[in-house]
Amino acid sequence: MAKYLAKRIFFLILTLFIVASITFFLMKMLPGTPYNNPKVTGAQLAALNKANGLDKPVWYQYLKYMVGLVHGDMGTSYQFAGQSVSHLIISRVGPSFQIGAQAMIVGTLLGILLGAIAAIRKNTWVDSTATIFAILGRSIPNFVFACLLQFWLAYKYQIFPIALWDGFSSSILPTIALAMAPLAQTARFMRTEMVDVLNSDYIDLARSKGDSKWQVVAKHALRNSMIPIVTIIGPMAVDLMVGSLVVENIFAIPGIGEQFVRSILTNDYPTIMGLTMLYSVMLVVIILVVDILYGFIDPRIRLSGEAN
Amino acid sequence: MADYKITADSFKPAHIAKEQQEKLGTDNMTFMQDAMRRLRHNKMAMISLWIIIAFIVISLLSFFFSPSNPNTQHLKWNNLPPKIANWSIPGFRGYGVSAGAKVNVYAQNNVPNNVWFVLGTDSLGRDIFSRILVGTRVSLFIAFMATLFDLTIGVVYGLVSGWKGGMVDTVLQRIIEIISSIPNLVVAILMLLVFKPGLTSIIIAIGFTGWVTMARLVRAQTLQIKDQEYVLAARTLGESSVKIAMKHLIPNLSSTIIIQTMFTIPTAIFFEAFLSYIGIGIPSPTASLGTLLSDGQKNFRFLPYQMVYPAIVISVLMISFNLLADGLRDAFDPRTTR
Repeated sequence: MAKYLAKRIFFLILTLFIVASITFFLMKMLPGTPYNNPKVTGAQLAALNKANGLDKPVWYQYLKYMVGLVHGDMGTSYQFAGQSVSHLIISRVGPSFQIGAQAMIVGTLLGILLGAIAAIRKNTWVDSTATIFAILGRSIPNFVFACLLQFWLAYKYQIFPIALWDGFSSSILPTIALAMAPLAQTARFMRTEMVDVLNSDYIDLARSKGDSKWQVVAKHALRNSMIPIVTIIGPMAVDLMVGSLVVENIFAIPGIGEQFVRSILTNDYPTIMGLTMLYSVMLVVIILVVDILYGFIDPRIRLSGEAN
Repeated sequence: MADYKITADSFKPAHIAKEQQEKLGTDNMTFMQDAMRRLRHNKMAMISLWIIIAFIVISLLSFFFSPSNPNTQHLKWNNLPPKIANWSIPGFRGYGVSAGAKVNVYAQNNVPNNVWFVLGTDSLGRDIFSRILVGTRVSLFIAFMATLFDLTIGVVYGLVSGWKGGMVDTVLQRIIEIISSIPNLVVAILMLLVFKPGLTSIIIAIGFTGWVTMARLVRAQTLQIKDQEYVLAARTLGESSVKIAMKHLIPNLSSTIIIQTMFTIPTAIFFEAFLSYIGIGIPSPTASLGTLLSDGQKNFRFLPYQMVYPAIVISVLMISFNLLADGLRDAFDPRTTR
């Protein structure tokens, strides 16, 4: 276990190192300067370059960037003068995290419920409805869904705030928009697993011992079907991160996704690099945590490292 | 029944020729035919298949027959609602709501009687129907390219990794691990920053990341198949690796490959629409379903048709591909059908 963990963490750090290096050199390859103002004169440009450390050789900048990264320093934003990227990101993580976590929890729980009901009432109208729901959730792009929610629930019927970040009520619509994808995915997965489990011998045994149908579902089937859901949490979290970019934009939420899009459109390279690193760190950590968690939840899976 | 007598004659063996006995009632079916038969019984999947074929045919035909140039601007005729000839089909009569009253927008703008736009025009007076056709074409092209990457890079990578094993496998798997640790959106954005935003950059980004799942699945299956007796026999008889891959591995992997390809397509279509929607995908004036949606969203409150039709098209496209993928999975792997 310790050896496996050490190996995983080593590769995690190596991956992040490679990502950081690739991002850095790609940013260096970009044509032009980040200062798009034509009024900037030669002397001012030199001063700006000096202030941002761009007059030094590339290898020096690279080392400085890497050392800074280890210390949590990601340079200074070009878009917001004098604002450090780490500060910018930290001030914006809150709303994104809240919406992401809410969407994840709501999506998975409802998905499990929907999938379980579909499996128990297999081949009835309940099942078909759940399936249609899951396919719509999987197929309709989240930005289309977010726009429709905004139009109907916020503009037309004014149940929720249209946009901006002002208390819990403004997080409801973005949460619903983001939760659709994990909901659909979990429901589909849950149904398949649950049907499998309900056909297994130990369910028959529990039934023959006199447990009612619902007791069996609550005590045996639900638990065993939920185990594999853990494996799709990682990919779902990644989808959520991507989804948050556009959903945050539509609802004008001051989160990291909205900042990412803005940084791209304004060529704010240090912020793009910082956010790229943040997304990569979140992704690899989530994948690692999910793998370890899976080993704990289901002892049949050994953390031996040869898992395919 | 009562007067039926059982005699010794009842127990005489029936005379059937040997070859008659061995004859099967139906034709032999290959694995593919069997899967296709199951697919044909899946109504939703078949409808989806026909919808997809229709989309492909229409978007190919639109190269030659497009109602009007998708990028031509009629500034005097902007924001016209949908209208089809002078037929009165609800929703296509050219009426719009202005100050709470229904107004014939075409008459208001002095549009000649013989001019109409099936799905209306956008804020620059461009024909939305023609733009949707172009957008669909872009989406389908992306889907095609993603398929191509899946079938070339993904399959070959997985085959080599699984077949060679050992050091090669370890290195290839580590590379995959690193690639999949970078969110594919980030890869795409980096590509778009380095190259110019556009179709090429999106395709390169998909080429970088899109095939990873396929490579993993193919590798896992190859590991299982390569220890089978028929592969061992082929090896013992001195068949080359490439020939074994072509003759034994790929045919046995075909169901995995087909299913995974079908699941890659909606992801790729979504990816392009998403990038275009946030403004870093296909640059204007070229239409894509993503840019049409983001343009339409600006006027959604007053001119909903500008967003509704692209939204319908992309949703139908995605639903069809997803349903067909589900249908194919059930057809090739009957154990999942319950």
